[in-house]
Amino acid sequence: MKYLFLLNTAEDGLPDPGTAEHAAMFQAYGAAVAAMAEAGVLVDCAPLEPASTATTVRVRGGGTVLTDGPAAELREQVGGYTLIECPDLDQALRWAATIPAALTGSVEVRPVIVVDRG
Amino acid sequence: MATLTRLLGDLDRAEEALQEASAVAVVRWPVEGIPDRPGAWLVSVARHKAIDAIRREARRPEKEAAATRSWDREEPGPAPALGPLPDDQLGLIFLCCHPALDPDVRVPLTLRAVCGLTTAEIAAGFLVPEPTMAKRLVRAKEKIRRAGMPFRTPGPVEIGERLGDVLRVISLVFSEGHYSSRGETLVRAELCEAAVGLARSLVVLLPGEPEALGLLALLLLTDARRPARTGRAGQVVLLEDQDRSRWDGSLLAEGEELVERALRMGRPGSFQLQAAIAACHGTAATAGDTDWPQIALLYRELLRYDPSPVVEANRAVAVGMADGPEAGLAAIEEVAGHPQLARWPRLEIARAELLRRAGRDGDAVAAYGRALDLGPSPAERDFAERRMEELRARWAPPSMSL
Repeated sequence: MKYLFLLNTAEDGLPDPGTAEHAAMFQAYGAAVAAMAEAGVLVDCAPLEPASTATTVRVRGGGTVLTDGPAAELREQVGGYTLIECPDLDQALRWAATIPAALTGSVEVRPVIVVDRG
Repeated sequence: MATLTRLLGDLDRAEEALQEASAVAVVRWPVEGIPDRPGAWLVSVARHKAIDAIRREARRPEKEAAATRSWDREEPGPAPALGPLPDDQLGLIFLCCHPALDPDVRVPLTLRAVCGLTTAEIAAGFLVPEPTMAKRLVRAKEKIRRAGMPFRTPGPVEIGERLGDVLRVISLVFSEGHYSSRGETLVRAELCEAAVGLARSLVVLLPGEPEALGLLALLLLTDARRPARTGRAGQVVLLEDQDRSRWDGSLLAEGEELVERALRMGRPGSFQLQAAIAACHGTAATAGDTDWPQIALLYRELLRYDPSPVVEANRAVAVGMADGPEAGLAAIEEVAGHPQLARWPRLEIARAELLRRAGRDGDAVAAYGRALDLGPSPAERDFAERRMEELRARWAPPSMSL
């Protein structure tokens, strides 16, 4: 099964780039990802630019409506994602708990529907 | 069930079959004893039920052929040749208690998938409309399937992480039957028996887990009092007023033996201590013979594993019985300020009982009154009202009453 982890964090709590805290956070994410890669479960992963850079697109009545910002203004926003492939939810949940976002924010684990594109 | 699922290749059919088999087991095991290999027994019965069902349905002969083929492929011999089947039963219980499922659906799902109760019975037990319960169960089963939640023999890691949840779910199934004031009488007895059946299975599957033994002991010792617990008018009879000759002696003896066996393992826990407390009540020939100092000590020990204000309050009552009402009142004062107890009618009833025994009738009546204001259960309401009447009758001779 494939599982997508949505890494939710409160952006105002994140350390500034260049600080020791930022480097430590970077290293913690690197270690978590390296362990997943070594176990052969990692498919893809990336951090995202902050939600303030988001553009939300809606097509209504034939016209495209753009909104500056994320789809919903929440304290925690998706700040990154991890796609893994492993046999079952129990293993996925164990991997999710190793991601630093789980410590400060939350990691939402979503099973991925595999569509056969024939 | 995992075995059945593998063999029959159809989750719903396997589930229905196992439910039918478990329903038979829940009725028969307590009477006839547990078969040597309960899992194999269950699968054997379930398999026959499933094949019956397939034959009944057999609208598409090839489907039956496919199911029977896979059956023959996996299991050439008779039922005793089946592999580590008890683990499959254990896997199903652990799956229903999976921490990724909503806690509110774990008990209903266990009742449905493991005990074989129908959705209608479960809905009646939880006082919700049947479609609501059906929706909850379907959602849980959908999540199990779509999210890839595994049927697996739980290993030491899962047992370590989830045994507590499994034990709690089983004890909730029992409480739902034993203490709940809602639902039909019949369904409630059925829930008690289902919980005892589950605890028995768990003990067979995990013989080295003292808390599993403790849970079974607790359920048996509590269930032994069931015949004496309901009065002629259907009202709840308090422990101290129960006709102890109506207690089930064989259940009491089995429960005591189990709790001793568990405690000898030297790894005490919450269920073992609760069972030990129940055993203290069970072995007292009369209410007056109850070993309250021992019970107060056991509650103190229980607090180490379950440091809740409710346990504190129960300890206070035991202290009151052991060392006199003033000591009990002092112990209650220590916990009464806890917000979790602020709206708990039983704390006021306990306080009122101690005040009454201390001869402070006026304060006692006030405390019963506060209990009535806190929305007590019907049994608590009856009890508090009865006590208030008794105390008021003591104050005023009948000729003076209005």
